[in-house]
Amino acid sequence: MSPADLVLFEEDFRALHQILRRLRHESAASVVLLVDKNGQRIASVGDVEALDMTALASLTAGNVAATDGLARVLGEREFSVLLHEGEKENIHVSIVARRVILVVIFGDRTALGLVRLRVRQAAAELERAFKEITERMEREPVLASSIETLLAEITDEDIDRLFSE
Amino acid sequence: MAFVDFASREIHCKIVYYGPGLCGKTKNLQVLHERTPPSRRGQLISLATPNERTLFFDFLPLDVGSLRGFQTRLHLYTVPGQVFYDAARRAILRGTDGIVLVADSQEARLAANVESVRNLEKNLREQDLEIAEIPYVLQLNKRDLPSALPADELRRRLSIKDEPTFEATAVTGAGVFETLKGIAREVLLDLRKRRAPRALRPASAAR
Repeated sequence: MSPADLVLFEEDFRALHQILRRLRHESAASVVLLVDKNGQRIASVGDVEALDMTALASLTAGNVAATDGLARVLGEREFSVLLHEGEKENIHVSIVARRVILVVIFGDRTALGLVRLRVRQAAAELERAFKEITERMEREPVLASSIETLLAEITDEDIDRLFSE
Repeated sequence: MAFVDFASREIHCKIVYYGPGLCGKTKNLQVLHERTPPSRRGQLISLATPNERTLFFDFLPLDVGSLRGFQTRLHLYTVPGQVFYDAARRAILRGTDGIVLVADSQEARLAANVESVRNLEKNLREQDLEIAEIPYVLQLNKRDLPSALPADELRRRLSIKDEPTFEATAVTGAGVFETLKGIAREVLLDLRKRRAPRALRPASAAR
């Protein structure tokens, strides 16, 4: 496994959810979402049924990728915060630990200043959580073995059966 | 980067359709979108210019069935083909698990196809990836056109590593699903070989 890999176990997942839930509550946001830089949703809380979360994750990652390109043009390492203001809904996007994207969707029940403040606090917690996960993986690489077993068990027939169901 | 989610029992893979301008990358995704039941596909998102040229990317998530009890979802992306959108192509290639090179079979587009393959190699190398190591298939599109070069000649000019090659006419849908199955197979075989997705993975596996 490459050192860039990250494995989240149930308790990591619960810890991340807890941070997101608290952020949503304290900032009075409607949705809080954690996405990796490739557009994959990691976790989300709030009124997620009302939105196409797959599209949201992919477009957010595209947006961040385009903004990273802009940063490079200007010689910046990254623009760590993006804000989109609409008539009713707003999106606050920030980069956490240089590897994941924290998305907060909020309406007029709250204020941008409050969202910014709570995002800063949550980002610090998320950064700590990801640091712990990375350190644990270095100590106990064997934890990934269940994934290795799953992948090793995939047969050619399993793959052929896809698309035919 | 493939993503195995043990909590929801899902495997996610990212596949990028690459190729020169107007070769039919977007058309491939449109056909897949039109011919897949709504329950197995998400929204087709196209970030295009007012005259319908891809500006940034198209995106289509597809469910292709269950693998060892894990629902397998493919996230399909196209890149903008026009030469001057190179920065966007690099951004979209990030974290890809597999690539479909869509070649335009017309003789007049041969040089553009060759240039697109070179550009792909260059952009992968900038991300420390070698085309030889990444799941890759070649689609020869627009086989219906009278100016199409013979498939063997295109293979000889464009093939880079004995990759699976599919003939297609995306406007009629011919060859589109075969190409997707081909790349999905390469991606999953690669995942089995490496036994480790390259990316972030929420997992509830017991320790």
